[in-house]
Amino acid sequence: MDLQGFGHLLISGAWVTLQLALCSLAVGLVFGLLGASAKVSSSKTLRAIGNGYTLFVRGMPELLLVLTIFFGSSVVLMAIASQFGYDEYIELSPFVAGVTALSIAFGAYATEVFRSALQEIPKGQKEAAVALGMTQYQTFIRVTLPQVWRIALPGLGNLFLVLLKDTALVSVIGLNELMRQAAVAVGYTKEPFTFYLAAACVYLLLTSISMAGLYYLERFANRGYQGARS
Amino acid sequence: MNWDWTVIWQNLPKLMDGALLTLELVFFSGLIGVLLAIPLALLRVSGNIWVRALPYAYIFFFRGTPLLIQIFLVYYGASQFEWVKESSLWPILREPYWCAVITFGLHTAAYIAELLRGAIQSIPRGEIEAAKALGMSYPKMLRRITLPRAFGIMMPSYGNEVILMLKGSALASTITLLDLTGMARTVIARTYTPLEIFLAAGVMYLMISALIIFIFRLLERYFNRHQHWPNEKPKGLDSQLLSKD
Repeated sequence: MDLQGFGHLLISGAWVTLQLALCSLAVGLVFGLLGASAKVSSSKTLRAIGNGYTLFVRGMPELLLVLTIFFGSSVVLMAIASQFGYDEYIELSPFVAGVTALSIAFGAYATEVFRSALQEIPKGQKEAAVALGMTQYQTFIRVTLPQVWRIALPGLGNLFLVLLKDTALVSVIGLNELMRQAAVAVGYTKEPFTFYLAAACVYLLLTSISMAGLYYLERFANRGYQGARS
Repeated sequence: MNWDWTVIWQNLPKLMDGALLTLELVFFSGLIGVLLAIPLALLRVSGNIWVRALPYAYIFFFRGTPLLIQIFLVYYGASQFEWVKESSLWPILREPYWCAVITFGLHTAAYIAELLRGAIQSIPRGEIEAAKALGMSYPKMLRRITLPRAFGIMMPSYGNEVILMLKGSALASTITLLDLTGMARTVIARTYTPLEIFLAAGVMYLMISALIIFIFRLLERYFNRHQHWPNEKPKGLDSQLLSKD
Protein backbone atom coordinates (compact mmCIF):
# COMPACT_ATOMS: atom_id res chain seq x y z
CA MET A 1 0.00 0.00 0.00
CA ASP A 2 1.58 3.28 -1.14
CA LEU A 3 0.78 6.03 1.35
CA GLN A 4 2.76 8.70 -0.56
CA GLY A 5 4.29 10.17 2.59
CA PHE A 6 1.00 10.59 4.41
CA GLY A 7 1.76 7.78 6.87
CA HIS A 8 2.84 10.13 9.66
CA LEU A 9 -0.48 11.97 9.32
CA LEU A 10 -2.36 8.74 9.96
CA ILE A 11 -0.13 7.94 12.93
CA SER A 12 -0.70 11.37 14.50
CA GLY A 13 -4.43 10.87 13.88
CA ALA A 14 -4.31 7.48 15.56
CA TRP A 15 -2.67 9.10 18.59
CA VAL A 16 -5.50 11.66 18.86
CA THR A 17 -8.06 8.85 18.45
CA LEU A 18 -6.42 6.97 21.30
CA GLN A 19 -6.38 10.05 23.55
CA LEU A 20 -10.03 10.70 22.75
CA ALA A 21 -11.01 7.11 23.52
CA LEU A 22 -9.09 6.97 26.83
CA CYS A 23 -10.37 10.37 28.05
CA SER A 24 -13.94 9.40 27.18
CA LEU A 25 -13.45 6.07 28.94
CA ALA A 26 -12.29 7.76 32.16
CA VAL A 27 -15.12 10.33 32.19
CA GLY A 28 -17.67 7.77 30.97
CA LEU A 29 -16.85 5.39 33.84
CA VAL A 30 -17.60 8.20 36.30
CA PHE A 31 -20.92 8.87 34.53
CA GLY A 32 -21.69 5.16 34.58
CA LEU A 33 -20.99 4.80 38.31
CA LEU A 34 -23.04 7.91 39.09
CA GLY A 35 -25.89 6.68 36.89
CA ALA A 36 -25.86 3.23 38.45
CA SER A 37 -25.85 4.63 41.98
CA ALA A 38 -28.75 6.89 41.01
CA LYS A 39 -30.67 3.94 39.60
CA VAL A 40 -30.30 1.75 42.69
CA SER A 41 -30.76 4.59 45.19
CA SER A 42 -33.79 4.79 47.43
CA SER A 43 -34.71 8.30 46.28
CA LYS A 44 -37.47 8.39 43.69
CA THR A 45 -36.17 11.55 41.98
CA LEU A 46 -32.67 10.14 41.56
CA ARG A 47 -34.08 6.93 40.12
CA ALA A 48 -36.21 8.91 37.65
CA ILE A 49 -33.16 10.95 36.59
CA GLY A 50 -31.12 7.78 36.10
CA ASN A 51 -33.87 6.12 34.07
CA GLY A 52 -34.43 9.19 31.93
CA TYR A 53 -30.71 9.47 31.25
CA THR A 54 -30.30 5.90 30.02
CA LEU A 55 -33.59 5.86 28.09
CA PHE A 56 -32.89 9.05 26.19
CA VAL A 57 -29.20 8.60 25.49
CA ARG A 58 -29.50 4.96 24.49
CA GLY A 59 -32.33 5.80 22.11
CA MET A 60 -30.42 8.55 20.34
CA PRO A 61 -27.79 8.05 17.61
CA GLU A 62 -24.26 8.83 18.80
CA LEU A 63 -23.75 11.10 15.80
CA LEU A 64 -26.77 13.16 16.80
CA LEU A 65 -25.40 13.38 20.34
CA VAL A 66 -22.01 14.58 19.08
CA LEU A 67 -23.69 17.24 16.92
CA THR A 68 -26.06 18.31 19.71
CA ILE A 69 -23.23 18.74 22.20
CA PHE A 70 -20.98 20.58 19.77
CA PHE A 71 -23.55 23.01 18.32
CA GLY A 72 -25.90 23.09 21.31
CA SER A 73 -23.17 23.83 23.85
CA SER A 74 -22.22 27.11 22.19
CA VAL A 75 -25.85 28.28 22.33
CA VAL A 76 -26.06 27.40 26.02
CA LEU A 77 -22.61 28.81 26.89
CA MET A 78 -23.29 32.06 25.04
CA ALA A 79 -26.64 32.43 26.80
CA ILE A 80 -24.90 31.97 30.17
CA ALA A 81 -22.06 34.33 29.26
CA SER A 82 -24.44 37.05 28.07
CA GLN A 83 -25.91 37.11 31.59
CA PHE A 84 -22.48 38.30 32.69
CA GLY A 85 -22.23 40.85 29.90
CA TYR A 86 -19.95 38.88 27.56
CA ASP A 87 -21.31 38.84 24.00
CA GLU A 88 -18.53 37.28 21.90
CA TYR A 89 -18.91 33.95 20.11
CA ILE A 90 -18.05 30.92 22.27
CA GLU A 91 -17.45 27.38 21.06
CA LEU A 92 -16.26 24.21 22.75
CA SER A 93 -13.14 22.75 21.18
CA PRO A 94 -13.95 19.65 19.12
CA PHE A 95 -11.89 17.52 21.49
CA VAL A 96 -13.80 18.64 24.59
CA ALA A 97 -17.15 18.33 22.79
CA GLY A 98 -16.15 14.86 21.56
CA VAL A 99 -15.10 13.67 25.00
CA THR A 100 -18.33 15.04 26.48
CA ALA A 101 -20.58 13.39 23.89
CA LEU A 102 -18.79 10.05 23.84
CA SER A 103 -18.57 9.83 27.62
CA ILE A 104 -22.27 10.63 27.99
CA ALA A 105 -23.06 7.83 25.52
CA PHE A 106 -20.59 5.43 27.15
CA GLY A 107 -21.91 6.34 30.61
CA ALA A 108 -25.50 5.48 29.67
CA TYR A 109 -24.56 1.96 28.62
CA ALA A 110 -22.09 1.58 31.49
CA THR A 111 -24.89 2.52 33.89
CA GLU A 112 -26.76 -0.63 32.91
CA VAL A 113 -23.63 -2.77 33.20
CA PHE A 114 -22.77 -1.39 36.66
CA ARG A 115 -26.35 -1.65 37.85
CA SER A 116 -26.60 -5.34 37.06
CA ALA A 117 -23.16 -5.89 38.59
CA LEU A 118 -24.20 -4.06 41.77
CA GLN A 119 -27.28 -6.24 42.07
CA GLU A 120 -25.19 -9.35 41.57
CA ILE A 121 -23.27 -8.89 44.83
CA PRO A 122 -24.75 -10.99 47.65
CA LYS A 123 -26.68 -8.99 50.21
CA GLY A 124 -24.99 -10.85 53.06
CA GLN A 125 -21.69 -9.13 52.28
CA LYS A 126 -23.23 -5.70 52.74
CA GLU A 127 -24.85 -6.82 55.97
CA ALA A 128 -21.53 -8.22 57.16
CA ALA A 129 -19.88 -4.88 56.42
CA VAL A 130 -22.58 -3.05 58.36
CA ALA A 131 -22.19 -5.51 61.23
CA LEU A 132 -18.46 -4.74 61.30
CA GLY A 133 -19.36 -1.07 61.76
CA MET A 134 -18.35 0.21 58.33
CA THR A 135 -20.03 3.35 57.06
CA GLN A 136 -21.95 3.28 53.79
CA TYR A 137 -19.03 4.93 51.99
CA GLN A 138 -16.50 2.47 53.40
CA THR A 139 -18.69 -0.47 52.42
CA PHE A 140 -18.90 0.83 48.88
CA ILE A 141 -15.14 1.43 48.52
CA ARG A 142 -13.89 -1.68 50.33
CA VAL A 143 -16.49 -4.36 49.66
CA THR A 144 -18.74 -3.48 46.73
CA LEU A 145 -16.51 -1.67 44.24
CA PRO A 146 -13.65 -4.23 44.02
CA GLN A 147 -16.18 -6.93 43.18
CA VAL A 148 -18.28 -4.82 40.80
CA TRP A 149 -15.13 -4.49 38.76
CA ARG A 150 -14.83 -8.20 38.24
CA ILE A 151 -18.46 -8.72 37.25
CA ALA A 152 -18.69 -5.61 35.05
CA LEU A 153 -15.42 -6.10 33.16
CA PRO A 154 -16.70 -8.18 30.19
CA GLY A 155 -19.57 -5.74 29.59
CA LEU A 156 -17.34 -2.70 29.93
CA GLY A 157 -14.82 -4.28 27.56
CA ASN A 158 -17.45 -4.55 24.83
CA LEU A 159 -18.49 -0.97 25.48
CA PHE A 160 -14.89 0.20 25.13
CA LEU A 161 -14.63 -1.47 21.72
CA VAL A 162 -17.83 0.33 20.67
CA LEU A 163 -16.41 3.60 22.04
CA LEU A 164 -13.17 3.14 20.11
CA LYS A 165 -15.14 2.90 16.87
CA ASP A 166 -17.45 5.78 17.79
CA THR A 167 -14.47 8.12 18.04
CA ALA A 168 -14.59 8.25 14.23
CA LEU A 169 -17.82 10.27 14.56
CA VAL A 170 -15.95 13.17 16.14
CA SER A 171 -14.28 13.75 12.75
CA VAL A 172 -17.64 15.17 11.65
CA ILE A 173 -17.13 18.19 13.94
CA GLY A 174 -13.55 18.70 12.76
CA LEU A 175 -11.25 17.04 15.28
CA ASN A 176 -8.03 15.92 13.59
CA GLU A 177 -8.27 12.27 14.53
CA LEU A 178 -7.55 9.23 12.40
CA MET A 179 -10.65 9.42 10.24
CA ARG A 180 -10.25 13.10 9.44
CA GLN A 181 -6.53 12.80 8.75
CA ALA A 182 -7.37 10.06 6.28
CA ALA A 183 -9.88 12.44 4.66
CA VAL A 184 -7.18 15.14 4.47
CA ALA A 185 -4.82 12.71 2.73
CA VAL A 186 -7.63 11.75 0.34
CA GLY A 187 -8.10 15.43 -0.50
CA TYR A 188 -4.48 15.64 -1.70
CA THR A 189 -4.01 12.28 -3.36
CA LYS A 190 -7.51 11.54 -4.74
CA GLU A 191 -7.13 7.94 -3.62
CA PRO A 192 -10.02 7.45 -1.20
CA PHE A 193 -9.97 3.65 -1.20
CA THR A 194 -6.29 3.37 -0.28
CA PHE A 195 -6.41 5.81 2.59
CA TYR A 196 -9.73 4.78 4.11
CA LEU A 197 -8.56 1.16 3.93
CA ALA A 198 -5.31 2.14 5.65
CA ALA A 199 -7.29 3.92 8.37
CA ALA A 200 -9.55 0.87 8.68
CA CYS A 201 -6.44 -1.28 9.22
CA VAL A 202 -5.27 1.06 11.99
CA TYR A 203 -8.68 0.76 13.66
CA LEU A 204 -8.47 -3.03 13.34
CA LEU A 205 -5.06 -2.92 14.99
CA LEU A 206 -6.36 -0.74 17.83
CA THR A 207 -9.36 -3.03 18.45
CA SER A 208 -7.15 -6.13 18.34
CA ILE A 209 -4.77 -4.66 20.90
CA SER A 210 -7.67 -3.65 23.15
CA MET A 211 -9.17 -7.12 22.87
CA ALA A 212 -5.89 -8.69 23.94
CA GLY A 213 -5.59 -6.17 26.79
CA LEU A 214 -9.12 -6.91 27.94
CA TYR A 215 -8.40 -10.62 27.94
CA TYR A 216 -5.49 -10.12 30.37
CA LEU A 217 -7.48 -7.67 32.51
CA GLU A 218 -10.27 -10.21 32.81
CA ARG A 219 -7.82 -12.93 33.76
CA PHE A 220 -6.33 -10.60 36.37
CA ALA A 221 -9.75 -9.70 37.79
CA ASN A 222 -10.76 -13.34 38.02
CA ARG A 223 -7.51 -14.54 39.55
CA GLY A 224 -9.31 -15.47 42.76
CA TYR A 225 -11.65 -17.80 40.87
CA GLN A 226 -9.20 -19.87 38.88
CA GLY A 227 -8.61 -22.48 41.53
CA ALA A 228 -5.20 -23.75 42.60
CA ARG A 229 -2.31 -23.12 40.28
CA SER A 230 -0.30 -26.17 39.34
CA MET B 1 -31.36 31.41 25.77
CA ASN B 2 -35.00 31.11 24.78
CA TRP B 3 -36.49 27.81 23.82
CA ASP B 4 -38.43 28.11 20.57
CA TRP B 5 -41.30 25.66 20.19
CA THR B 6 -42.65 27.11 16.94
CA VAL B 7 -39.50 26.22 15.00
CA ILE B 8 -40.09 22.55 15.87
CA TRP B 9 -43.73 22.64 14.71
CA GLN B 10 -42.86 24.48 11.52
CA ASN B 11 -40.21 21.97 10.52
CA LEU B 12 -42.02 18.85 11.71
CA PRO B 13 -43.11 17.80 8.16
CA LYS B 14 -39.49 17.97 6.99
CA LEU B 15 -38.29 15.93 9.94
CA MET B 16 -41.05 13.40 9.18
CA ASP B 17 -39.74 13.07 5.62
CA GLY B 18 -36.29 12.42 7.07
CA ALA B 19 -37.68 9.84 9.47
CA LEU B 20 -39.30 8.04 6.54
CA LEU B 21 -35.96 7.79 4.74
CA THR B 22 -34.34 6.54 7.96
CA LEU B 23 -36.99 3.83 8.27
CA GLU B 24 -36.48 2.86 4.63
CA LEU B 25 -32.70 2.55 5.12
CA VAL B 26 -33.11 0.45 8.25
CA PHE B 27 -35.66 -1.84 6.59
CA PHE B 28 -33.65 -2.54 3.44
CA SER B 29 -30.35 -2.92 5.23
CA GLY B 30 -32.01 -5.29 7.72
CA LEU B 31 -33.33 -7.36 4.83
CA ILE B 32 -29.95 -7.54 3.09
CA GLY B 33 -28.32 -8.21 6.45
CA VAL B 34 -30.44 -11.26 7.23
CA LEU B 35 -30.12 -12.69 3.71
CA LEU B 36 -26.33 -12.36 3.85
CA ALA B 37 -26.04 -13.50 7.44
CA ILE B 38 -27.66 -16.90 6.83
CA PRO B 39 -24.89 -18.28 4.53
CA LEU B 40 -22.23 -16.53 6.63
CA ALA B 41 -23.46 -18.14 9.84
CA LEU B 42 -23.81 -21.57 8.21
CA LEU B 43 -20.22 -21.37 6.94
CA ARG B 44 -19.12 -20.11 10.35
CA VAL B 45 -20.38 -23.25 12.14
CA SER B 46 -18.68 -25.56 9.65
CA GLY B 47 -16.23 -28.13 10.98
CA ASN B 48 -13.60 -27.29 8.37
CA ILE B 49 -11.22 -24.56 9.52
CA TRP B 50 -10.69 -23.21 5.97
CA VAL B 51 -14.42 -22.86 5.40
CA ARG B 52 -14.74 -21.07 8.74
CA ALA B 53 -11.89 -18.65 8.00
CA LEU B 54 -13.68 -16.66 5.28
CA PRO B 55 -16.76 -15.60 7.27
CA TYR B 56 -14.50 -15.06 10.27
CA ALA B 57 -12.36 -12.55 8.34
CA TYR B 58 -15.50 -10.83 7.05
CA ILE B 59 -16.97 -10.53 10.53
CA PHE B 60 -13.65 -9.42 12.01
CA PHE B 61 -13.32 -6.59 9.48
CA PHE B 62 -16.88 -5.31 9.75
CA ARG B 63 -17.03 -5.50 13.54
CA GLY B 64 -13.54 -4.10 14.07
CA THR B 65 -13.80 -0.92 12.00
CA PRO B 66 -16.10 2.10 12.43
CA LEU B 67 -19.24 2.21 10.29
CA LEU B 68 -18.24 5.70 9.14
CA ILE B 69 -15.09 4.34 7.50
CA GLN B 70 -17.03 1.55 5.82
CA ILE B 71 -19.55 3.96 4.35
CA PHE B 72 -16.75 6.23 3.08
CA LEU B 73 -14.94 3.22 1.61
CA VAL B 74 -17.98 2.35 -0.46
CA TYR B 75 -19.17 5.85 -1.36
CA TYR B 76 -15.84 7.61 -2.00
CA GLY B 77 -13.56 4.56 -2.34
CA ALA B 78 -15.38 2.89 -5.23
CA SER B 79 -14.70 5.84 -7.54
CA GLN B 80 -10.93 5.33 -7.25
CA PHE B 81 -11.04 2.41 -9.66
CA GLU B 82 -11.64 2.98 -13.35
CA TRP B 83 -13.10 -0.47 -13.87
CA VAL B 84 -15.82 0.23 -11.30
CA LYS B 85 -16.70 3.43 -13.09
CA GLU B 86 -16.95 1.61 -16.39
CA SER B 87 -18.89 -1.35 -15.04
CA SER B 88 -22.65 -1.65 -15.18
CA LEU B 89 -22.76 -1.30 -11.37
CA TRP B 90 -21.69 2.34 -11.50
CA PRO B 91 -25.21 3.82 -11.78
CA ILE B 92 -25.93 2.10 -8.45
CA LEU B 93 -22.62 2.87 -6.71
CA ARG B 94 -22.92 6.51 -7.75
CA GLU B 95 -26.07 7.01 -5.72
CA PRO B 96 -25.55 7.80 -2.02
CA TYR B 97 -28.82 6.03 -1.25
CA TRP B 98 -27.67 2.66 -2.60
CA CYS B 99 -24.20 3.09 -1.09
CA ALA B 100 -25.80 3.59 2.31
CA VAL B 101 -28.10 0.58 1.90
CA ILE B 102 -25.23 -1.64 0.71
CA THR B 103 -22.86 -0.55 3.50
CA PHE B 104 -25.44 -0.85 6.26
CA GLY B 105 -26.47 -4.25 4.90
CA LEU B 106 -22.90 -5.56 4.84
CA HIS B 107 -22.23 -4.07 8.28
CA THR B 108 -25.28 -5.44 10.01
CA ALA B 109 -24.84 -8.82 8.28
CA ALA B 110 -21.58 -9.32 10.18
CA TYR B 111 -23.30 -8.71 13.52
CA ILE B 112 -26.38 -10.79 12.64
CA ALA B 113 -24.15 -13.66 11.47
CA GLU B 114 -22.52 -13.78 14.93
CA LEU B 115 -25.95 -13.77 16.62
CA LEU B 116 -27.19 -16.47 14.26
CA ARG B 117 -24.10 -18.60 14.87
CA GLY B 118 -24.69 -18.44 18.61
CA ALA B 119 -28.34 -19.34 18.09
CA ILE B 120 -27.57 -22.27 15.78
CA GLN B 121 -25.05 -23.62 18.26
CA SER B 122 -27.51 -23.38 21.13
CA ILE B 123 -30.29 -25.38 19.46
CA PRO B 124 -30.69 -28.49 21.65
CA ARG B 125 -28.71 -31.34 20.09
CA GLY B 126 -31.64 -33.69 20.38
CA GLU B 127 -33.73 -31.67 17.93
CA ILE B 128 -31.06 -31.90 15.23
CA GLU B 129 -30.60 -35.60 15.94
CA ALA B 130 -34.36 -36.17 15.75
CA ALA B 131 -34.47 -34.46 12.36
CA LYS B 132 -31.64 -36.67 11.14
CA ALA B 133 -33.30 -39.76 12.55
CA LEU B 134 -36.43 -38.89 10.55
CA GLY B 135 -34.27 -38.95 7.44
CA MET B 136 -34.47 -35.25 6.60
CA SER B 137 -31.94 -34.03 4.05
CA TYR B 138 -29.66 -31.13 5.02
CA PRO B 139 -31.61 -28.43 3.13
CA LYS B 140 -34.91 -29.69 4.48
CA MET B 141 -33.54 -29.79 8.02
CA LEU B 142 -32.29 -26.24 7.60
CA ARG B 143 -35.64 -25.03 6.33
CA ARG B 144 -37.83 -26.85 8.84
CA ILE B 145 -35.75 -27.19 12.00
CA THR B 146 -32.46 -25.30 12.19
CA LEU B 147 -33.34 -21.87 10.83
CA PRO B 148 -36.82 -21.44 12.40
CA ARG B 149 -35.45 -22.51 15.78
CA ALA B 150 -32.36 -20.31 15.43
CA PHE B 151 -34.51 -17.29 14.51
CA GLY B 152 -36.66 -17.88 17.57
CA ILE B 153 -33.59 -18.02 19.81
CA MET B 154 -31.89 -14.96 18.37
CA MET B 155 -34.99 -12.75 18.01
CA PRO B 156 -34.49 -10.67 21.20
CA SER B 157 -30.84 -9.89 20.40
CA TYR B 158 -31.73 -9.29 16.75
CA GLY B 159 -34.15 -6.61 17.93
CA ASN B 160 -31.25 -4.90 19.73
CA GLU B 161 -29.18 -5.12 16.57
CA VAL B 162 -31.91 -3.43 14.51
CA ILE B 163 -32.04 -0.60 17.05
CA LEU B 164 -28.25 -0.25 16.81
CA MET B 165 -28.65 -0.11 13.03
CA LEU B 166 -31.32 2.58 13.43
CA LYS B 167 -28.79 4.66 15.32
CA GLY B 168 -26.06 3.81 12.83
CA SER B 169 -28.27 4.98 9.98
CA ALA B 170 -27.67 8.55 11.19
CA LEU B 171 -24.30 8.24 9.42
CA ALA B 172 -26.14 8.37 6.09
CA SER B 173 -26.24 12.12 6.66
CA THR B 174 -22.45 12.25 6.16
CA ILE B 175 -22.83 11.19 2.52
CA THR B 176 -25.39 13.91 1.72
CA LEU B 177 -28.50 11.83 2.35
CA LEU B 178 -31.38 13.69 4.00
CA ASP B 179 -32.35 11.15 6.62
CA LEU B 180 -33.65 12.29 10.01
CA THR B 181 -30.22 13.54 11.14
CA GLY B 182 -29.40 15.01 7.72
CA MET B 183 -32.73 16.81 7.59
CA ALA B 184 -32.19 18.16 11.11
CA ARG B 185 -28.79 19.51 10.02
CA THR B 186 -30.20 21.31 6.96
CA VAL B 187 -33.01 22.83 9.03
CA ILE B 188 -30.48 24.04 11.61
CA ALA B 189 -28.27 25.53 8.91
CA ARG B 190 -31.23 27.72 7.99
CA THR B 191 -32.76 28.53 11.40
CA TYR B 192 -29.75 28.19 13.75
CA THR B 193 -31.71 26.52 16.54
CA PRO B 194 -29.49 23.47 17.17
CA LEU B 195 -30.82 22.46 20.57
CA GLU B 196 -34.51 22.48 19.63
CA ILE B 197 -34.20 20.64 16.33
CA PHE B 198 -31.58 18.09 17.43
CA LEU B 199 -33.58 17.24 20.54
CA ALA B 200 -36.77 16.92 18.48
CA ALA B 201 -34.90 14.54 16.16
CA GLY B 202 -33.67 12.63 19.22
CA VAL B 203 -37.24 12.20 20.46
CA MET B 204 -38.28 10.95 17.02
CA TYR B 205 -35.47 8.37 17.08
CA LEU B 206 -36.71 7.31 20.50
CA MET B 207 -40.23 6.81 19.15
CA ILE B 208 -38.94 4.77 16.20
CA SER B 209 -36.99 2.55 18.65
CA ALA B 210 -40.19 2.04 20.65
CA LEU B 211 -41.98 0.99 17.44
CA ILE B 212 -39.17 -1.45 16.57
CA ILE B 213 -39.26 -2.96 20.05
CA PHE B 214 -43.04 -3.49 19.68
CA ILE B 215 -42.67 -5.16 16.27
CA PHE B 216 -40.02 -7.50 17.64
CA ARG B 217 -42.27 -8.52 20.54
CA LEU B 218 -44.76 -9.72 17.93
CA LEU B 219 -42.06 -11.45 15.86
CA GLU B 220 -40.66 -13.17 18.92
CA ARG B 221 -44.11 -14.46 19.78
CA TYR B 222 -44.51 -15.77 16.23
CA PHE B 223 -41.20 -17.62 16.10
CA ASN B 224 -41.52 -19.00 19.62
CA ARG B 225 -45.21 -19.88 19.35
CA HIS B 226 -44.49 -23.45 20.50
CA GLN B 227 -43.73 -21.97 23.93
CA HIS B 228 -47.27 -20.62 24.19
CA TRP B 229 -48.82 -24.02 23.56
CA PRO B 230 -51.57 -24.97 24.37
CA ASN B 231 -53.04 -21.51 24.96
CA GLU B 232 -52.55 -20.61 21.32
CA LYS B 233 -52.88 -23.45 18.87
CA PRO B 234 -51.10 -23.16 15.55
CA LYS B 235 -53.21 -23.40 12.41
CA GLY B 236 -53.01 -26.29 9.98
CA LEU B 237 -51.93 -28.86 12.56
CA ASP B 238 -52.99 -32.51 12.45
CA SER B 239 -56.40 -32.73 14.15
CA GLN B 240 -55.35 -35.87 16.07
CA LEU B 241 -52.61 -33.84 17.79
CA LEU B 242 -55.08 -31.15 18.79
CA SER B 243 -57.64 -33.49 20.35
CA LYS B 244 -55.10 -35.17 22.63
CA ASP B 245 -54.77 -32.64 25.42
